[in-house]
Amino acid sequence: MMNVSTNLTLAEKTLLHPAELSHQNIECLLGKLVRRTIHEADFYFQAKQVESWLLEEGIVKEAEYHVDCGVGVRAVSGEKTGFAYSNDIFLPALEQAVCVAGSIAQSGHGKSAVLVETGSIGRSLYPSINPVTSWESLQKAAYLKKLDGLARQTDPRVEQVIVSLAASHEVILIAGRDGVFVADVRPLVRLNVSVIVRDASGRREAGSSGCGARSSYGDLLSEEKGTGCVKEAIRLALTNLEAIPAPAGTFPVVLGPGWPGVLLHEAVGHGLEGDFNRKKSSVFSGRIGEKVASSLCTVVDDGTLPGRRGSLNCDDEGTPTECTVLIEKGVLRGYLQDKQNARLMGMRSTGNGRRESYAYPPLPRMTNTYLLAGADHPDEIIQSVKYGIYAVNFGGGEVDITSGKFVFSANEAYLIEEGKVTAPIKGATLIGNGPEVLKAVSMVGNDLALDPGVGSCGKDGQTVPVGVGQPTVKVDALTVGGTNLR
Amino acid sequence: MTRLEKLKLYQDEPSIEAKLSGLKEDVARTLELAKKYGATAAEAAGSIGHSLSVSVRLGNLEKVEWAVVKGITVTVYFGNRKGSASSTDRSVSHLSEMVGAACAIAKQTEPDPYAGLAEKTLLAWQYPDLDLYHPWRVAPDQAITLAKECEAVGMEWDSRIRNGEGAHLTSEEGGSVYGNSHGFVGGYPTSRHSLQCVLVAEDKGEMKRDYDYAIARDHEDLPSPQYVGIEAAKRAVLRLGARRIKTVRAPVIFSPECAGSLFGHFFGAIAGTAIYRKSSFLFDHLGKTLFPERLTIREQPHLKKELGSAPFDAEGVVTSEKDWIREGALVDYVLESYTARKLGRQTTGNAGGVFNVRVSTDPLDKAALLKAMGKGLLVTELMGPGVNKVTGDYSRGAVGFWVEDGLIAYPVEEITIAGNLKEMYKNIVWIANDVDTRSNIHTGSVMIEGMILGGII
Repeated sequence: MMNVSTNLTLAEKTLLHPAELSHQNIECLLGKLVRRTIHEADFYFQAKQVESWLLEEGIVKEAEYHVDCGVGVRAVSGEKTGFAYSNDIFLPALEQAVCVAGSIAQSGHGKSAVLVETGSIGRSLYPSINPVTSWESLQKAAYLKKLDGLARQTDPRVEQVIVSLAASHEVILIAGRDGVFVADVRPLVRLNVSVIVRDASGRREAGSSGCGARSSYGDLLSEEKGTGCVKEAIRLALTNLEAIPAPAGTFPVVLGPGWPGVLLHEAVGHGLEGDFNRKKSSVFSGRIGEKVASSLCTVVDDGTLPGRRGSLNCDDEGTPTECTVLIEKGVLRGYLQDKQNARLMGMRSTGNGRRESYAYPPLPRMTNTYLLAGADHPDEIIQSVKYGIYAVNFGGGEVDITSGKFVFSANEAYLIEEGKVTAPIKGATLIGNGPEVLKAVSMVGNDLALDPGVGSCGKDGQTVPVGVGQPTVKVDALTVGGTNLR
Repeated sequence: MTRLEKLKLYQDEPSIEAKLSGLKEDVARTLELAKKYGATAAEAAGSIGHSLSVSVRLGNLEKVEWAVVKGITVTVYFGNRKGSASSTDRSVSHLSEMVGAACAIAKQTEPDPYAGLAEKTLLAWQYPDLDLYHPWRVAPDQAITLAKECEAVGMEWDSRIRNGEGAHLTSEEGGSVYGNSHGFVGGYPTSRHSLQCVLVAEDKGEMKRDYDYAIARDHEDLPSPQYVGIEAAKRAVLRLGARRIKTVRAPVIFSPECAGSLFGHFFGAIAGTAIYRKSSFLFDHLGKTLFPERLTIREQPHLKKELGSAPFDAEGVVTSEKDWIREGALVDYVLESYTARKLGRQTTGNAGGVFNVRVSTDPLDKAALLKAMGKGLLVTELMGPGVNKVTGDYSRGAVGFWVEDGLIAYPVEEITIAGNLKEMYKNIVWIANDVDTRSNIHTGSVMIEGMILGGII
């Protein structure tokens, strides 16, 4: 791993030198945003390379390479934000952006800003490498072909195989009027395998599986990882070929470990983001210290897990990420904060100020959100249910943070009858109420797992990579959107 | 005095026309570079734009945002092998790097006999001006005043509106250019202006959020800010006191803002890619009756000023008026030249999707539709993904109103609605004439029989 000052050197070379921008230029421009009425101001320089490779119908059909470079300039005064961005990094564009950003505050005379090289966040949660170039093109194509061949050999019912590889390399540089001057180099890779299977009767089903991490291709994609994704995609598709209609109504639901943690992301995660709570539009507003979950539940947001998709050395405001306890033994402990919302609420930033790119202002966002392990054996949890649902894979979810209602959509689920997992059921949406659902958690497994590194979260039109996780969990009552009236 | 009044955003920006002609030159330069690097064919697309966006909340300015953007993308072909690259940097050296990257990729991809440009004779060598460009250039302080008016009227509408996420006004203009090695280069400017208001109603410890929005090519066509604010307030207040219902089979009316998604799933399912991959529940359904016989779905890409209009598609092919559903039956798949070649058909001029779709209506308004349903669910918001594109299985979260005796009885929340899209399309009973024209798919309220609603018990 490269050290942090090397990151800063690389960022300056990538982002500032081509535009002939010096420290003095930036200090001088930031100085225009140093006024009594401006509380936060920063420049966010970013250069991003993204590539994707796609295999379909047995051939490596498409590949794309994308380069995006730009700067976002922000000034915050109280609750007001002035923001401008440009995908030209050069002085006139920056000057215009500073004028726009600064326009929200009272006129006043600028003082000079002094950048402090707080480059030493003191951690490297992921290597400072460019994953795009971590494999030769030939190697990428060969990897795709190998997985395709494996999928077709695995089962004769496999009709269609789509395998994709993607990598991105981001170099960011944050300069804030509070002196923050910090760089980060962020690799991200992802594999996805999708299959369509068809049985003798002509019924078709899809299945997909993937994995991802902040690493090089080679570090993520061991032989077993790729094989595992292929087998999992096929298993999921074949399982769904046998699926019967899901029941409709309210039942006990057992959620499997790992990816079903999307429950926490939707049911409580979004509702605990600082902006909604500062505006009092979240169903969790003003409830710190209250019991919002069963005593079995402790939920954290942890941006410091090495190599995870949702992890960051520092957030997009230059604040080091943390492990923040959101709910401790059922009691609401904290919110996820960026600088602005923390200041307005008299709290401190938890390192959750994130943005999709230079083209968006930062917002309080999750990193890796998960429920800590409990004491129950997963088998005992299943055995405790007379009639219910066992849901182990999910497609995604959504929440209305004001009413607290949230949904998440299962794409692999089974009936539980008399304490045993029986028939697979068709995909169904589960709906619940954020502040109530965790109160209905009656058993928590000892099998905590995190998702395989494929999560993305959308908010205000911005998408960021995130992680989720949980052990096996029993919720006494959740509404299942099936088609079968019992 | 704030610096806002002094802010001059547009005077330093070249006109969109000037930027577009620069972009055309860049597209032409990119195509030349591709030829120089040995590509047998190439296509390039570019876009430019700038936008102003302001947000106010509880009477105060919350955000001013200004963006200037551009981007260019290239696809090169070496025989039947292809590679693509894109960049937001249009300097000559970067264009050259981008084309080089695309060519390097094309050497690693494998021959695909169906890859290539659209046929030369199908391109829009002449295309109409669809009146899509109406710059507004609203000053920031004026935009803030309008957004404040919008929110203030909404906040005053009902004493239970005590909070909100504010009103947002966005004005954007831009343009796009497409060119390929058949010698085609086409481009045109566009604009889009929108106003949105999100309000929270509170009563007896309960909070409900809802919103309204307006969007148009020409700001003169937007309704008054007051109208948007009041609609948002009405919608939020109506949600208060929502209950759950018992699990039941019942008819459902999808309000126009939700009904569009039903036809969105339909277009996803007849897209050429889904068909040749056999990953669609409508695979093999050409000519078959999918909807009730009086239903027509028509695409009109050349309507003046409409949000979904376009003179040519994403590969330069002429767009044209056509039916997708006639007398309830599927007329064609949504094709571009690649998927058309794969399926042995002709492109329908739909690279990039469909352009302005109108679903036929029955001669009844919303009140008459509620009366026709008698008892059932009116859905005003759908939540979650919940659609299996391969099987058509449908299961989503819903918010709305329970209807008794043809009248709204009470608001409903935390329920699911489920069915199968193929069955749901067949079970459409009526489509009211309360058409929502704010998106690419224009439809009225759609009533569907026999859906399963999941609730308590």
